[in-house]
Order: sequence, then C-alpha cells, then structure tokens
Amino acid sequence: MEITVDHKKTSRRSFLTLAAATPFVAGTLAACGGSSGPGDSGGDDGDGATATVWYLTGQPQETIRTDSYDVFNEANPDGTIEATGFQNDAYKTKIRTAIGAGEAPTIIWTWGGGGLRDYVNNDQVEDLTDWFAENAEIKDAIFPSAFGAATIDDKIYAVPCETVSPIVMFYNMRMFEQVGADIPTTWDEVMALVPVFNDAGVAPFSLAGQSRWTNMMWMEFLYDRIGGKEVWAAIYAGEADAWSNPAAIDANTKVQDLVKADGFITGFESITADSNADQALLYTDKAAMMLHGAWTYGGMKADGGDFVSGGHLAFSNFPTVDGGMGDPTASVGNPSSYWALNAKATDEEKEIAKNYFATGLNTDAVAAAWVATGGVPVITGVDSEFAGSEDEEWLQFIYDTASQAANFEQSWDQALSPGTAETLLNNIEQLFGLAITPEEFADNMNATLGQ
Amino acid sequence: MTIPALAMFIAFGIVPLIGVFWLSMQNWNGIGPITPAGLANWSSMLVDPTLYSALWKTFVVMGLSWAVQTPISILLGVFIAGHQRYRAVYAVFFFIPLLLSSAAISIAFKALLDPNFGLGAGLGIPWLSQNWLGEPTLAMATVVFIVSWQFIPFHSLLYQGAIRQIPTSMYEAAQIDGAGRLRQFFSITLPQLKYTIITSSTLMVVGSLTFFDLIFVLTAGGPSDATRVLALDMYLRGFRGNLMGPASVIATILVLLGLALALLLRRLGGSDANASQLEGA
Repeated sequence: MEITVDHKKTSRRSFLTLAAATPFVAGTLAACGGSSGPGDSGGDDGDGATATVWYLTGQPQETIRTDSYDVFNEANPDGTIEATGFQNDAYKTKIRTAIGAGEAPTIIWTWGGGGLRDYVNNDQVEDLTDWFAENAEIKDAIFPSAFGAATIDDKIYAVPCETVSPIVMFYNMRMFEQVGADIPTTWDEVMALVPVFNDAGVAPFSLAGQSRWTNMMWMEFLYDRIGGKEVWAAIYAGEADAWSNPAAIDANTKVQDLVKADGFITGFESITADSNADQALLYTDKAAMMLHGAWTYGGMKADGGDFVSGGHLAFSNFPTVDGGMGDPTASVGNPSSYWALNAKATDEEKEIAKNYFATGLNTDAVAAAWVATGGVPVITGVDSEFAGSEDEEWLQFIYDTASQAANFEQSWDQALSPGTAETLLNNIEQLFGLAITPEEFADNMNATLGQ
Repeated sequence: MTIPALAMFIAFGIVPLIGVFWLSMQNWNGIGPITPAGLANWSSMLVDPTLYSALWKTFVVMGLSWAVQTPISILLGVFIAGHQRYRAVYAVFFFIPLLLSSAAISIAFKALLDPNFGLGAGLGIPWLSQNWLGEPTLAMATVVFIVSWQFIPFHSLLYQGAIRQIPTSMYEAAQIDGAGRLRQFFSITLPQLKYTIITSSTLMVVGSLTFFDLIFVLTAGGPSDATRVLALDMYLRGFRGNLMGPASVIATILVLLGLALALLLRRLGGSDANASQLEGA
C-alpha cells in the first residue's frame, strides 16, 4: 500500500534539518538577556533634553514617585525626566543587565551597599562627593545615618531619599482577640503562640517565601538577637567560618523549628511579595502575624479596608530571645533608598538629574506625601510633622525604632556583593524548604566568605 | 532564497552560539571587564551538583510532558479531524491556550492555584486548595500539567492535519474487510501518523529544553530548586548570580543536548522520514 518517493539520503539534508532546530534552542537563550530597556531609554529625543529614570511600581509609593516627576517636569520644561516603572524583583536583574549593556537610565535607583559598590568598582556611577560639598544644605537636610550605605571608600555615590524602612513585626489584633492572646515579646512566646493560632484555623505567620529576601528578614533578626551584632559583622568582614558561629547555627535551627511547627502559612513557598499577597493574608484574617518592612504599612492602609484605620493593626520590634546577647533595640532594614547618577550619561542628562536631586527629590511636598502613607522620610526634623497625623503612633514608632536602634543593620542581600547575595538567598530558600540542615547552610555560605 | 536565509541563520544562529561558547571560557559579572578563565568554568560546572539536579529535572519535565501530551494530542487530533460542525466549534475552544503568552498563562494559573486566595478558596472546594506550587513533587506535576495544557492544542493541530491527509480509500478498504473503529485506529491511523509523531515529539523534546518563561513566573525554580530546570538554572546563574561564564557553560550544554536529541529522534524515524506516502505523490 505504501507508495514512497525516496529522497536522496544526503547528510547535508540531515544537517540542514538539525540546523533548522538550532535557533529554536538558541533563540530562547538569547531572549533571556537580549532586549534593552523599554521605549527610548536612551532618552535622546533631539528636542528638549530628557533624563531617564526607572522607578519601582507598587502602591502607594508609586504615585508619590510619579507625582514628583510630573511636578519637576512642569517646573522644568527645558530639561524633563522620562520615567518607566518596573516591579521590584524584576528591576534587580533588569538594571544590572542594562548597566552592563550601556542602556541604563540617567538616574539609577539602588539600595546602596554591595550593589552600589559593584557599580563604583566598575566606574558606572558618578562620584557625588563634590556635589554634596557644594550643596551643603541638601546634605544637612538628610539623616546622617542614611549616608552610610551610599558611601564607598569615603566617597558619596548616591543621594538618600524616600523613607527609612526598618523591618518590624505586624500583628492582626482581630486574631489575637479571637484566641485571647497577647503580643509575644520573646521567641518562646512566639513558639507557644504557633499551635494556638493553628488550632484556631489561622496561620500564625504570613510569609512571601518565593521572594526569598522575605525569609532572610527572619534570619537577620535571629542572628542579631541570639549572638549580637558581632555575628553579622564577622560575616560581612569575611572572617573564615563566620557562618558557623554557634549563634548562627542556633538561629538556623530556630527558623527550621518554626517551619516544622507550621508557623508559616500553607503555600508560603510560592507566594511573592511583589503582588502584596503576604500583606493581604494578614488583613484578610488568614494570618495573625507578619514580619515585614515598614513600607507595607501604606499598602495595608490603602487596601485593607478598616484594618489600619479601625485599629486592628499592632506592631512592635522583633521579640527577644532568652539568653541572647543582642540588644533588644537593634533593628535591620533599609536605612534609606538611593539614587545614583549614571556615569555614562551625557553632561546634559547629568545636569537635569542633579537639578532633580536638588529641587525635586526631597521636597516638603514629597516628604508630606510620604508621611501621609505612613512612611518616615529620611529628612532631619521630620518627626515634628507627625503631630496630628492619623498615623502618628505608627510614624513615631518607626522614627524611634530607626533613630534609637543600638545598631541598624542594612539588609543582608543589599549589603553583600550581588553574587554572594544570590548564593545566600538560594541557600535561605533551601533552609526554609527544609532541603538542607542548619550546618549545611553554614558550610555552603562559608564557601562564599572572602570572595 | 538561499543567501538571505543563510545570512539570517549565521547572524542569529551561529554567531550567538560562538559568542556563548567563547563566553563560557571567560569571567564576567555582567558589568565589569571580561577576563579569560580558561577551562575553569567548565571544570567547576561539571562537578556542580546543581547542574546535574537541573539536568535531571529537565529530563523529568521532558519525559512527563511528552508522555502526557502525545496520547491526548493524538486523540484530540482524531476527534477534531472529523468533519462534523460541532467538532469544528470544539476545535476553536481547544485552540485558545495557544493564543495566550506563557507569562499570561503562568500568572493566571498562579492566581487560580493560590492555596489561600485561589480557585479552591473562591469556590469553597477544599480539595482544590492544595499547596500546588509550594510542595516539591506537586509543583513539578503542576508545571507539567500547565505545559501540557499550553501545548496540546498545537500538537492536536499537527495531528489533525496529518489525519486528514490519510487517504479515505484506506478506511473504505478496511471497512470492507470488516475492521472496526478501534482496529482502524490502530492499523491505519496510528501507523500513518508515524512521521507526524516523530515531528511532534521532536518539537516537544527540543522545545522542553527551553522551558523558561512559564516556570520562571510560576515558581522561579522553587520550592527549593524543585523545578529548577536547565534553562532556568542558566538564567538564574547569569542574571541573578551575575556569573556569565558558568551560565554560558549551561547554554552550550543546552545547545549540544538539543542537537543530540534532535539527531536521535531523526534516527528513530528512519532515513525515509521525508518520504511521502500519498498516492501519486
């Protein structure tokens, strides 16, 4: 029945068929890092100079950012800013690729620390020390502590802006009233509360585990509370076997104890912080507690109905650990946000950017907008603005937590170099997933020391 | 026509391949200077357990998604190859997943499968509120399911076309000989589809090497690397870990693997894979 027409069995044909399959493989590989920034991120339109900026999306912060560009552009029609928004986690990989490809915006958002140091070492960002010296009034208006993560080898490479964001404990008081419990002040009380909430059908803690840095916040506090600030200081300094400190192993073990006791909500491994789902779990009464950055207050206030306004949200610093050596006032988080200036930008673009730094970034109106969302701007004397605010208690708490902390540690993943931070986050995910032991975590991380 | 096609192929196929191979022997963090590394990236990668775990997961996704997609695609193909009008309507619905981008599919499924806010919670069906993407084995199964959901329509279409090419005279002859529907399927349809099966399998197998977007959005390789397939491992090392050298090693391995698998499947098909079986062809 078969009527076949035999084509020549040449190896050339086989090769061409294979060759046709090759772009199929290679195409996807190229697609991973290929495309440059969206739109005309070069920012050179010809008429009227434009500087470019990429900002982070997510309300309520997003509106404050875009408003500040709009106000600036209206006041400076000759030198405007063209802004493009990105999600937080996506931005972290995007910006680095763009900088490497020479496609980065004029103004580069950064968290300071190790990431900024990497840019500085490769001459990608401008030294702003002289600019701050010439504009002393701008420098004096900003919290002195905010400059730490912007300073590399005694030179300032970024302008601190926006808010100081310590990590704090949030509590859903509706759930605490339901089970008749008090806010935990020690780790033992935390562990005792876990079965209480689980029995009541409420997850003890909300956590967006897929974002990984969310898990890291737990470790930052436990390392500090158990072993004091010296534990992290030794790691940061690259001392041999610093991750094997008994306090570190103890902290790793405590994290796994909490996971094993079902301390975190079901499915935390697949929840991302970018979608604010972790906040939603707290204000929809699915979880009783959450450890998170101060920036989440604004989101919960905006999206949580009467959760914040009705007084159902309580907050405190991280609980102490019995016998721990850490100072109970110590805190971790982001001392500020930062804007750096792209060294590859044209002089014209740099002038616009500096003009924005001086007149558009830390204005009174912007500061007031931050305060209205429950943020504490990094502006000296801003606490005098708190009186009468409906968020007064919260604002004062954050101000005190940040300003009176015995030690305010920058988030680990921002303080470390980006390569080490990725290894850290990967191992933290495995630790929370119970895929590695506390000791294996220490061994894996010890291998990164001194790199 | 040969010259432009060849030029395109060299520019977008060969040159990047050479570039990636060269980069696999360099140190580069993405923004700094590029320095030669010799074979250091290769020797460190070839003893890296994460690479082998990613390789294994790639084969798991490949094998499972092939085993799920092929029978369903053939059956759907047979179904929509019929000329009844209602089947054409069904075919349109089956086709919908193919029109959606992988990212859109992932985001939609991620929302639907969320154990706390997803379909299970919304409809009040506790069984649906599993930890679909948070439990390692379940996450892998979910990925295979969604991949299949996305690509079955495409392969059904291939089979539909191939089935319609089978001469009706064969079925008429079989009917005269007294063959039932099942017998016709196994004795005529399936053997006649041999080359379509090979083509479709090649696309599935080689295509599954490049699954990246869907898994990246769904699980980002988690939980605890349970869905960290090779293409994702490459991205995470390259663009999150800023290790372009090791990432290029993986890219090279992916290319070699893809070529080897395509060659193997061609061999399986025999040397007459391009031969036509149509009357008068």
